[in-house]
Amino acid sequence: MLTWANLVSQMFNGLVLGALLALISSGLTIIYGTLGVLNLAHGALFMLGGYAGWLTFDYTGSYIAAVAGGALFVLLVGIVIERGIIRFFYDRPHEDQILVTFGIGIVIVELVRLSFGSLSLSVTPPSLISGITNLGFVIYPTYRLAVVAIVAVALLALYLVLYRTRLGMIVRAGIEDAGMVDALGINVYRVFMVVFGIGAMAAGFAGIVNAPVAPITPDVGTEILVQTFVVVVIGGVGSFPGAILGGLIAGEILSLTSMINPAYSQVMLFAVMTLVLVVSPHGLLGVRGRQ
Amino acid sequence: MARRTIASRAWWPDVVTALGLFVAPYVLPALGFSPDTMSRILIFGLFGIGFDLLFGFTGMLSFGQSAFFGTGGFAAAYLLTQTGMTSVILALVIGTVVAAIVGVGVGLIALRRTGIYFAMITVAIAEVFYFLDMSPLSAFTGGENGLPGVPSPTFYLGFATIHIEAGWSMYAFLAVCFLIGMVLARRIIASPVGLVLVAIRDNQLRAAAVGHHVDRYKLLVFTIAAAYAGMAGGLLGVLQSYMPPDAFAFDTSGQLVMQTVIGGLGTLFGPLVGAAVWLYLRDFLQSTLALGAAWKLALGIVFVLLVCFLRRGIIGGFADLAGYFRSRGSSAAPDGEREPESAGMAPTSAGAAAVGEPVPEPAEPIEHGDPILRTENISKRYGGLLANDSIDFTVREGELRGIIGPNGAGKSTFFKMLTCEVAPSSGRILFHDQDITGFGVTRVAQLGLTKSYQVNQLFNRLTVRDNLAIAAAAERRGPFRMDLLRSVRRVDGLQARVDETLGLVNLAHRADALVSELAYGEKRRLEIGLALATAPSLLLLDEPLAGMSPQERVETIRLLRSIRKGRTMVVIDHDMDAIFNLAERITVLQEGRVLVEGTPQEIRDNTAVQEAYLGGMEEA
Repeated sequence: MLTWANLVSQMFNGLVLGALLALISSGLTIIYGTLGVLNLAHGALFMLGGYAGWLTFDYTGSYIAAVAGGALFVLLVGIVIERGIIRFFYDRPHEDQILVTFGIGIVIVELVRLSFGSLSLSVTPPSLISGITNLGFVIYPTYRLAVVAIVAVALLALYLVLYRTRLGMIVRAGIEDAGMVDALGINVYRVFMVVFGIGAMAAGFAGIVNAPVAPITPDVGTEILVQTFVVVVIGGVGSFPGAILGGLIAGEILSLTSMINPAYSQVMLFAVMTLVLVVSPHGLLGVRGRQ
Repeated sequence: MARRTIASRAWWPDVVTALGLFVAPYVLPALGFSPDTMSRILIFGLFGIGFDLLFGFTGMLSFGQSAFFGTGGFAAAYLLTQTGMTSVILALVIGTVVAAIVGVGVGLIALRRTGIYFAMITVAIAEVFYFLDMSPLSAFTGGENGLPGVPSPTFYLGFATIHIEAGWSMYAFLAVCFLIGMVLARRIIASPVGLVLVAIRDNQLRAAAVGHHVDRYKLLVFTIAAAYAGMAGGLLGVLQSYMPPDAFAFDTSGQLVMQTVIGGLGTLFGPLVGAAVWLYLRDFLQSTLALGAAWKLALGIVFVLLVCFLRRGIIGGFADLAGYFRSRGSSAAPDGEREPESAGMAPTSAGAAAVGEPVPEPAEPIEHGDPILRTENISKRYGGLLANDSIDFTVREGELRGIIGPNGAGKSTFFKMLTCEVAPSSGRILFHDQDITGFGVTRVAQLGLTKSYQVNQLFNRLTVRDNLAIAAAAERRGPFRMDLLRSVRRVDGLQARVDETLGLVNLAHRADALVSELAYGEKRRLEIGLALATAPSLLLLDEPLAGMSPQERVETIRLLRSIRKGRTMVVIDHDMDAIFNLAERITVLQEGRVLVEGTPQEIRDNTAVQEAYLGGMEEA
């Protein structure tokens, strides 16, 4: 049924999904922009955030602790992966980097499957942000509104770190020319470690925030990874604003088209990606010349 | 990657493959392989041959091969179960063709970008196929149920009827399909197309610059890979009597990538070995060790370790090991990767290699003939910087022109515009009176204008001979040709051109060395050789003497003199002595404009030139 209320609530759904995609994609895109590595384990890290958060929730019963636990655990895992494996791949071809992160993703997924089984798990948010809210023109689940706010705060934090701190300045300089930054006497490779950790944390944070909306399973990351790719292709690889714009566009496309026919929503998303590729091969906000 | 020479079209690997496939049923069951497992290995091995052509040989990593596997499989299964088609072979062939056509369509989109973009786009496209299969097309594909009841082929031989059934007859049928796929792939690799594919992998920029239409070759190999995937998908339906929807799943693509890398990239047999390891581990860990779901974790760890430490997979590892033991025997071989040389091209005789022998094509020099290259008022603006400002420049046939100028005078920008690497902001460039402005490097190279680069742009993982063959093939075959099954050796005039060029640049004794084994001076000569092998009517040389030792410099100047005969050349260099020595006329650029043009003597005496150099030094 195509009603006004239906349309508005689908647009809200699109906003929620779009916000999450924007956050996950931001993580992927700053890792690529800074390190030059396309992280195929990103979906697995999203999933891992959900499980780590769920475990924390199981022990403490606190939603806040779950979010903190999920995000920090994935931050830690990200740093371990960068120190243990990724840093040896900076001088290797892109294809090797893709292969190794793909493998890491599989190892993470299978480890989780082995530890938790394939059953889906869920986390309940605190009563303050659960239930439903009457916005006057539409009645909408409160938690989903909260997700938009939480993600907006996370993105703002990411923006402040990237654009208002010394670390962010080094990161943005590193995106332009990592070798030059290194030559200036700044340990750019330590910055790489931090960036990989932050990028991973963005995915893990999104994973646990999403847990009350959609159940957690070991395979939840694969679909998210594919959508994240579409987001960064639309927005422009390596562009932080592009990831946010692309995320919101993708979220709305998926929600609004699924109102007409759910089966076609993924296909529509792909059609938009193709259109962007044809019209502007570097994405909407991408930088020309970067591969 | 295995060392290759052109014309490695030996027949014995085909025979060994056939023997191996014949012997396998008598050996592998003892190790616990069932006919069904072996059949699956063959299907993924065949699927992987196409993928290896795409990734191992051309360097394009696709995570979307499931799209073509599923397309070919469901096209064949639909024909056999829903339309009453009875010929299984015909259905398989149609499925393959449909997959190839879909491959062209997908390729046109995905190939708009390279590297990581390409990988991401293939993932996204493959996912769309999965969703299309599940819902909008479920009337044809059965959606989540797939298509059951795919029949097995039957062959009427006149005197007997062979009906393929589950078990060893199915294995035999699949083995024949695999063998055909392998023989074809080996022909493709030994063809000029195969040579261009590895050229694209090693240095796409240079492959285009010597005159190969890189985009079309990429689309071609992408389509071939899609066809292999389509055939394998169809065979999966036949093997299982059922076409499963998860053929379209991302996991299928992932499995293919992992198996190929585990087995060994760029070997064609890698996917077969990888699939055998994969399925054996799955069965072994699951049943024998009762590890259940942990088999995939174990494979994931193996995969990560292989990518980290043994990039060339199992086959590559064994090749390295064999090379290690061989090189311990003979200390002469410094390169552990060396493989026994398969019948290469006939060695060049030392006599033909002598410098100064008759040069390829362009006939006798026409001193100061007609203008061959003319620029009319070309400018190049980078933001606020005017790098080249209204340059009028003419080179006549047979001339050897030098271009000098202080740093930042705009020499390199000017050269890039001449070879159409960058388009001028305004003005036109005429080559043989044809307006070539905006043509792009490939078209210009095909017209006979090419350059040697300031920084070497070689095909580093190939031999000297193959490097030159790549360049010569562009001129002999044109920008694009689908001579997939012709041996490189049969390309008209190619071998002669390679031998001649080897002689010209004095690398005949190094013909079978890998580029990575060459000294810097030798690489510089090969760089010039790559340009020469395309038989250009106008050759541009961008700082051919850059970074050379005094000895190498003398040799290279001698080389430039010797190739000068019958050619029109334009040389940029900082080495003033060399330019004054070589060139008949010199153009001096300063701050993006032509300062003066004249004979070396005129330039030497020109006060403006002296000022440009000496004055520039004072200001600094």
